[in-house]
Amino acid sequence: MFTAILDGIFNGLSVGSVLLLAALGLAIVFGLMGVINMAHGELMMLGAYTTFLVQNAFKLLGEPWTNFYIFFAVIMAFIVAALMGLVLERGVIRYLYGRPLETLLATWGVSLILQQFVRSVNWVMIAGLIVFCLLYFGGLWAVKKRPDFERIRHWAITVLLTLSAAIAWAVGSVLSQTYKLAVTKPWFGAQNVDVTAPKWLLGGLPIGNYQLPYTRMFIMVLTVLCVLAIYWFLNKTPWGLRIRSVTQNRNMSACLGIPTQKVDALTFALGSGLAGIAGCAVSLLGSVGPNTGQNYIVNTFMVVVVGGVGKLVGTIVGAMAIGITDYIIGTGILANLFTSIQPLADFFTFFATTSMAKVMVFLLIVIFLQFRPAGLFPQKGRTVDA
Amino acid sequence: MTRQFGRRKFLLYGSATLGTSILLKACAGGSPTASESPAADSTTAASPAAASGGGDTIKVGILHSLSGTMAISEKSVVDSTQLAIEEINQAGGLLGKQIETIEEDGASDWPTFAEKARKLIEEDQVVVIFGCWTSASRKAVLPVFEEKNHMLYYPVQYEGQECSKNIFYTGAAPNQQIEPSVDWLLEEKGKEFYLVGSDYVFPRTANTIIKAQLEAKGGTVVGEDYLPLGSTEVTPIISKIRSALPNGGVIYNTMNGDSNVALFKQMQGAGLTPDKYPVMSVSIAEEEVKAIGTEFLKGHYAAWNYFQTVESPENTKYVEAFKAKFGEDRVTNDPMEAAYISVNIWKQAVEQAGETGTPTSLEKVRAAAYGQKFAAPEGPVTMNTNHHISKTVRIGEVRDDGLFEIVYSTPAPVDPLPWNQFVTDTQGFTCDWTKTGVDNPGKFKET
Repeated sequence: MFTAILDGIFNGLSVGSVLLLAALGLAIVFGLMGVINMAHGELMMLGAYTTFLVQNAFKLLGEPWTNFYIFFAVIMAFIVAALMGLVLERGVIRYLYGRPLETLLATWGVSLILQQFVRSVNWVMIAGLIVFCLLYFGGLWAVKKRPDFERIRHWAITVLLTLSAAIAWAVGSVLSQTYKLAVTKPWFGAQNVDVTAPKWLLGGLPIGNYQLPYTRMFIMVLTVLCVLAIYWFLNKTPWGLRIRSVTQNRNMSACLGIPTQKVDALTFALGSGLAGIAGCAVSLLGSVGPNTGQNYIVNTFMVVVVGGVGKLVGTIVGAMAIGITDYIIGTGILANLFTSIQPLADFFTFFATTSMAKVMVFLLIVIFLQFRPAGLFPQKGRTVDA
Repeated sequence: MTRQFGRRKFLLYGSATLGTSILLKACAGGSPTASESPAADSTTAASPAAASGGGDTIKVGILHSLSGTMAISEKSVVDSTQLAIEEINQAGGLLGKQIETIEEDGASDWPTFAEKARKLIEEDQVVVIFGCWTSASRKAVLPVFEEKNHMLYYPVQYEGQECSKNIFYTGAAPNQQIEPSVDWLLEEKGKEFYLVGSDYVFPRTANTIIKAQLEAKGGTVVGEDYLPLGSTEVTPIISKIRSALPNGGVIYNTMNGDSNVALFKQMQGAGLTPDKYPVMSVSIAEEEVKAIGTEFLKGHYAAWNYFQTVESPENTKYVEAFKAKFGEDRVTNDPMEAAYISVNIWKQAVEQAGETGTPTSLEKVRAAAYGQKFAAPEGPVTMNTNHHISKTVRIGEVRDDGLFEIVYSTPAPVDPLPWNQFVTDTQGFTCDWTKTGVDNPGKFKET
């Protein structure tokens, strides 16, 4: 009995910690910055693909290294996703602050682009992109030096764009004609790729009849570390202080000399990097493919909304509550508790499959939000509506 | 920073975006054309003739998802279809003409499938279409094929309970995959079954069949669970399996796609090993094994009609041809082989009819398909008058190299039964499109 309870608690917490890790980045981007980032799942996917690449690189290094690739992968996943987030913020989102609907559409578009990107990325495409960026941004930089830049601006951009696109396209087709399959073969393709946990993470810790999987424990530890690191960063560092002040009152912070644009970029990159770490973690549990991110996006928004936008502690409690409820309903523990009351037992048995448990959880969330529209831990104070 | 985002700027950046997307498409488009250069050679050789003579090629449509969730599985079926057509073209074509393929992308979206099917039939005027994977996509295109009285060759194992005049089903019906595997499990692995599946039509129908069959043959179902498509949280399922089967038992898995990966990875973590908890899967083939990871699947089972490891001269030839065209690292699997059969059965029917199957001669080609025999990589197959084909059933165990060790195969090809005899609604019904004097030859009771 004791081990059964322990197993139940462990499983509920582990379901919750996967949710929490996935939602942590979003809690910052959506919760603190108010950006509805539909591409959050795809940033996770990038993290998962980075894990795949790191794993393959370490396979080349040989035996002792392959066992520890996962630590390196976590860091790389953070860096890659954070860089992508930075590009996204500088290139798209900063033009759309304060316009949630446009942000939603734009980031959704970005998510579709990223999905198709990992499906069809190959050397030709990369070469084309690099050539295009070099020519276009290089050319723009050169033209900007001219004194009459403002006057010829539109003309220059049009010409540069067409020229560099044409040259990049030509380079791409020449490459694909010359080297054929070697450069046109997609890196990943539409197929899922295989990420395998290192040997010491396979299997589990046996307790009586049960076995606690090591990968789950690893994810729980990783989640705890991430939460601690964020709390430390937000509360104990100068940049954390700036982030908090900007999220509380942007105009006042700007007046006091805080570089709000830099803070925005940093916050978004941080949130994206956390998504990358989450991607690395879920690659140990599930599949890694172009659609990996799609499987998590709804859950992560759910967690942040239930927890209360703007409070990290809300996200933590929300994730755990949803995870444990989902597990308890899905395994039919409630049905067993109510065996004496027949109709109730029947009711819970009906919901005791994984897909029906989801229905029940959503139902509970809808009801909950009727009474607490702002979530578990709503933001208080005068600046809430600002 | 309150600069207006004016109309001019909008036009400018709009054109920039457009330019970039065209660029991306051009680069991405480079891959299929170049990778299929051998095929392109034969089509280009054929197209000038088409331009001058107008009708010197036979146009066929290929309708699969090349993007979206299902692209994972469907892309390789397209490859196999192209291989079969290329072989026919290289051997001199069909009725003296080259076959020209028109590929359309169903984009894993069922209405798109119907739209593209209509486009292939009306605009491109193809004589036949090879395509679809999910039952949902097949159900979506079915009305189009019936309205236009056209032909679809459907290459995937499915739940049965359908028999359309306008579809040839070259994958397995349930009695050619699920039922023999349940019999084998009862005999070899135990009487207690736990059923897990994705939450949509195939697993639910399959599990209805399995439950009826187990009841008839003395097995028991100790639990049943469904996971939403794409979900990867299988912890509750694993807990339930462990409490329902504390001493081990059989798990029958009808999950699709990403959930499979989660199930096997996490079962291994939870210590449910194949010696105590063998899993029989019906949608895991060589490609999926590669994507999930052999170390998680080793020792588990799958039921199919074809495995890459089938030993026959036809299969050796097929596997070698496929690898030569698409790369040494590629594997072949059941739906791919069924697609290969589709093209060849169609080719033989056209040859026998002496007509290509344009709207006027479609009936003739359809009638000629009945009884066509083909020495397929999986062994001899025959097209029946119920539009399904007789196939050998095999059970394979995943081995170290990610391929299957065939542990059981039926002594002879099993005849297909589209209407399931274990499900009360359809008990006693059969399908025979050559039958006259019944209201609906697709579903009637033998008297």
